[in-house]
Amino acid sequence: MLVVVEQCLNGLQFGLLLFLLAAGLTLVFGIMDFVNLAHGSLYMMGAYFAATFVAWTGSFVLGVVLALGATLLLGILLESVALRHLYGRDHLDQVLATFGLILFFNDLVRLVWGPAGLALPLPSWLTVPVQILPGVYYPAYRLSIIIVALAVAAMLYFVVMRTRIGMLIRAGASNREMIGALGINIKLLFTLVFGLGAALAGLAGLMQAPILTVQIGMGENILILAFVIIVIGGIGSIRGAFMAAIFVGMIDTLGRAFLPDLLRKVLSSTAASTAAPALSSMLIYLLMAIILVVRPEGLFPAAKR
Amino acid sequence: MRKTAFWLAGVTALAFVAQPALAADTIKIGFVSTFSGPTAAIGNDMRNSFELALDHLGRKMDGKPVEVIYEDDGQKPDVGKQKTEKLIQSDKVDFIVGYIWSNVLLASLKTAVDSKTFLISANAGPSQLAGELCSPYVFSTSWQNDQTPQAMGLYMNQKGVKSVFLIGPNYAAGKDMLAGVKSTFKGEVKGEEYTVWPSQLDFSAELTKAKNSGAQSIFVFYPGAAGVQFLNQYAQAGIKAQIPLYTAFTIDELSLPLQKDNALGVPGAQQWVNDLPNDENKKFVADYRKKYPGLRPTFYGAQSYDAANLINSAVVAVKSDLTKKDAMKAEMEKANFKSVRGPYKYGNNHIPIQNFYLQDVVKDSEGQLALKTVATIVKDAQDGFAGKCPMK
Repeated sequence: MLVVVEQCLNGLQFGLLLFLLAAGLTLVFGIMDFVNLAHGSLYMMGAYFAATFVAWTGSFVLGVVLALGATLLLGILLESVALRHLYGRDHLDQVLATFGLILFFNDLVRLVWGPAGLALPLPSWLTVPVQILPGVYYPAYRLSIIIVALAVAAMLYFVVMRTRIGMLIRAGASNREMIGALGINIKLLFTLVFGLGAALAGLAGLMQAPILTVQIGMGENILILAFVIIVIGGIGSIRGAFMAAIFVGMIDTLGRAFLPDLLRKVLSSTAASTAAPALSSMLIYLLMAIILVVRPEGLFPAAKR
Repeated sequence: MRKTAFWLAGVTALAFVAQPALAADTIKIGFVSTFSGPTAAIGNDMRNSFELALDHLGRKMDGKPVEVIYEDDGQKPDVGKQKTEKLIQSDKVDFIVGYIWSNVLLASLKTAVDSKTFLISANAGPSQLAGELCSPYVFSTSWQNDQTPQAMGLYMNQKGVKSVFLIGPNYAAGKDMLAGVKSTFKGEVKGEEYTVWPSQLDFSAELTKAKNSGAQSIFVFYPGAAGVQFLNQYAQAGIKAQIPLYTAFTIDELSLPLQKDNALGVPGAQQWVNDLPNDENKKFVADYRKKYPGLRPTFYGAQSYDAANLINSAVVAVKSDLTKKDAMKAEMEKANFKSVRGPYKYGNNHIPIQNFYLQDVVKDSEGQLALKTVATIVKDAQDGFAGKCPMK
């Protein structure tokens, strides 16, 4: 039983991390109607910035805060220099241009930081396991990811649902032309949204960095999952991204955790242990396919255009 | 269409006629490894070591200049196969070397064997290659995948470990590695988990299962960056203090700077360690560090260095008449060169029969983390698939 609790926490932690990445992506896609494949590069840059700043300052928290600011600035810079010119264009042009940006960032990182990757060591107070229930110990760092991500989700909810900027963002998601016509500075709004998305991606990257390594191309695999999440959740919907991310995180982790044992009941042990990882990584895509058939708009579509 | 076919036939015929009956002018070597993506560091180390070996040979074999064409497989079997085809069919290389990944090698194998081009695997050692797919044209300067974890299993017996939980990636080498430990470890296997390779980088679910399985120890095989990730997560989860970890190919000179103190005291098995006391090895390690400041050679590099010298021995033996394939094969079977791991022999399947050492992570005299040979686990070990190889 305690194992189940722990595995659920693992799933929740993974899901929340995916949410941070997907939230930025869904905002940019939903509000700006812009397909940004380079979102994964911002995730990578967040991790590289954090590894660099933590090494420079010697403080984990300070380094992380600096890295967050740097990714935000990078996002704003990227939007105003390059991506702004692509808004009117076809989605295919945007895919091509942002795919180019992935290659650009990968080579930039190779030039600046070298091909070998970096480590982002945790301070000792984050490396101890914490007792959350009697007999259940959980790594402090994974717990802190859950807490930070939940806090960010609450903050996003507050900003989007309760503030004027949030109102504009929601309006932008449902009808872009109209808010332009109402005299809202849509250029500024877009820059802001993109910067926010970049910072969220950077946050996801830097929080994942101590668990994984900081390496070139680290954002590419996870970006696919982020796209799956925004498709499941409904494009442009933060709530949808949140729910879908938790779903995907849970399915992925629980699938890996319990599927091998279930399969062992019907298959031979070796067949089960090799089939299970393949099957559990398919589950997410099965879910997406089912959602696309049943609710093509996603689970929680943003208001109709 | 018919005309083209006619021309092609003519050109092919000419190519046969024009094939040099005597000594080649240059020795052409194709090198397939991973030079992009997260595991590019391994490919770079192999290239560095191969280049260093050529430097030590005066960049000549039997007085003939050597040309090496490096190709990137991107860690993908289909790409590796294409690159192998390109090297053999359009570059017409005399030897093809490299191959980090067992699945890439297995995909590329047929092309090399069918064209009777000598292939030297400088790392991958899938069980099929040692058994039913063994070939007169294929040699290994590394090991068969099962061998290193088998040595680890023996060491765990020596330590009196009673039970183990196995974790590894779900591809050819991962399965061989876990099978290897199981074949020698005498205790109980409490569980066995495979993870999606190479995309899965988060091992929280597997670590939780290992922790709750009640096993006395964990064995993993995670090469490259995945090894860094596994060790980080293992340490962060606080399991390091509870359940000791045993590894194969998870800690090396490339991953160590990233694993840092998490790797301290985690044992591994290997056929080559940087501090092996033979002269050839001292020269290799010292010159490598001189030529590539800030870097240290890995076992991948050592195997590539040996591959260059193995090829050299064959070229010298036939006085660069590379059409004498049988003579070259006979020479390579003698392993008649100074290997940096010390002398070894070849089995009937062209896989080395060699010693395996226990390595540990320690702080060296420069205060840096380094790998150190602690003991010899097993002497002159041969893989368990040699009997399945039809070659005698």
